Amino acid sequence: MNVIETIGLGKRYGRTWALRECTVAIPAGHVAALAGPNGAGKTTLLNLAVGLAAPSAGGVTVLGGRPPGSPAALDGIAFVAQDTPLYKNLSAADMLHLTRNLSRRFDQPYAQDRLGELGIPLKRKTGRLSGGQRAQLALTLALALRPRLLVLDEPVAMLDPVARHDFMATVLTAAAADGVSVVLSSHVLADLERVAGYLILLSRGRVQVAGEIEDLLATHRVLTGPAAEAGSYAGRPVVHAGRAGAQAHLLVRATADDPVPPGWAARPVGLEELALAYLREPGAAAPAAPPRTPESETEVTR
Amino acid sequence: MTALTVPARPEQAASPRPLPWRRMAWVTWRQHRVALAGVAALLGAWAVYLWIAGLQAHHAYAAVTGCQPTSSPACADMLNNFTLTVGDFNFAYGDKALAASVMLQTVPALIGAFIGAPVLARELETGTFRCTWTLGFGRWRWAVAKLVPLAVTVAAAAGVTSLVFSWYVQPFFSDGNNSPFTPELFDLRWVTFAAWTLAAFAIGALAGMLTRRVVPAIVATLAAYTGLALTAGLYLRWHYATPLVTSNPNVPSSAWIVRQWWTKGGRFAFPGQPSQQLLTQLCPPSSVAPGKVQGLTPTQCLVQHGYTQWTSYQPVSRFWPFQWIEGGWLLALSVLLIAATIWLVRRRAA
Repeated sequence: MNVIETIGLGKRYGRTWALRECTVAIPAGHVAALAGPNGAGKTTLLNLAVGLAAPSAGGVTVLGGRPPGSPAALDGIAFVAQDTPLYKNLSAADMLHLTRNLSRRFDQPYAQDRLGELGIPLKRKTGRLSGGQRAQLALTLALALRPRLLVLDEPVAMLDPVARHDFMATVLTAAAADGVSVVLSSHVLADLERVAGYLILLSRGRVQVAGEIEDLLATHRVLTGPAAEAGSYAGRPVVHAGRAGAQAHLLVRATADDPVPPGWAARPVGLEELALAYLREPGAAAPAAPPRTPESETEVTR
Repeated sequence: MTALTVPARPEQAASPRPLPWRRMAWVTWRQHRVALAGVAALLGAWAVYLWIAGLQAHHAYAAVTGCQPTSSPACADMLNNFTLTVGDFNFAYGDKALAASVMLQTVPALIGAFIGAPVLARELETGTFRCTWTLGFGRWRWAVAKLVPLAVTVAAAAGVTSLVFSWYVQPFFSDGNNSPFTPELFDLRWVTFAAWTLAAFAIGALAGMLTRRVVPAIVATLAAYTGLALTAGLYLRWHYATPLVTSNPNVPSSAWIVRQWWTKGGRFAFPGQPSQQLLTQLCPPSSVAPGKVQGLTPTQCLVQHGYTQWTSYQPVSRFWPFQWIEGGWLLALSVLLIAATIWLVRRRAA
């Protein structure tokens, strides 16, 4: 099952396309990272998936073929928006009560226990909580909904490193222990390497790379060799060529079994390096999207 | 690879029942109780003041009507005193009741601007709509459950206040010397005040949805409400029914005079009141024509010169139909505006 599946999805605000020709399928059971520079369309894609926005083109379904915003989709998806907006004049306890009232499932004991563990006072107004506490409260509210999919939009952008670490640890626990699928967006690539198992790289409103991080890392290598010969390398597709003095670094699509040309050295690539290489080459196509069968496509567009 | 244990298909087939409306009741109350308490305090204080002032007016009026014998100088003096110092809305501008009415005029605008406009604008401005619109209750039902109870509550509170006010000013209209159509008072009494308050709230809610910011929404609400109220008072209201036309110069003072004009020999002469120039020419104040009584009123003088005064007016019997007509179209407008707001919530792109 795909938790989010889009076909030719596009969203236009006025005359600007925030997202264009986005075709991606995010399978369930992953912590999927949506990465890309600011303005790449990450928030737009997530807003479309949770039903806050309506597509201008194409289609999107969630939780295995459901329209976003439909009752079943609302019940199954918990969303933590950018900057974790909460009602500032309500106390944490009131936020719990509000969320419980407006949703079909709400695990009140879990939420209270977790806030207790985190030391977030229930009586305090959310406007007087620290940024980290607010983010944790928003995450607790989302997890207490017992969702099948947790969508987080730039959840840690405003947090200090400790709060960031704690937040991500909670997300990972939920994903591992309760089998919650997670889709989170971030423009901080370093954050993602530790937590994500699936990567979608968005650039200028288009999907560049989509695939399991393990596979992506296994199918890309960095070749280092003399800069003078960089242009003549023709063994495997080059994603990005970088120079450092007399040395050239090429990110190529190759596995560990592929032969290395004489005079060149090959080494595995890190996630951040891979993502940066693609982002520097917006024209580079995404080879890693798994080929989908015609049936699955017709099912989505239906 | 699928780590989920919940099967997708069976759940999808059975569309879940919507969450009960009462779930939102607590949310609406919790989020707006301060504003509603403000409305209750403001209008409650007003109602108490109007009630005390009303008691005084009713006592004074009872003393006048109970005065025996009616023709005695003491009674005439008392009646004169009552009508002139308390009763005459059109001229006694220092009057308490008139001041109260002016203050009351601002209430719908304030409710529209400070209750109606922020309801959605604040959610959109602070981003909190992203919390609630993605929950299982559903966003358009959320909007319904917020707007409808608030609209009903503010309209009911305004209605109660205007009942007290209507009772207060009742004596001034009992003798038939004042027109209940007086623009300062017509929309403060009985049905119309609640309807105007409801309309102001609905304007505010829609303005908030359209502007998505609290301050612009407040400004837009005040502008739109004032424009609508002025348009209704100055241009719309007298069109509710075709005015009666009479050439009888003694139109009862309880009637609402829409227009006056003069004709001579079946032809239109001039509108409104005769000019000073015409009066001096036809009826010089010093002229004492032989066989005529001195001291004709200008009207009588003009009538003698072959002029006829025409008056189009709304008789006092149309007060209640006009109340219902104004209340009706305002209710319809409010329902339309709230429905439009909910439709926008439903289709709005974040």
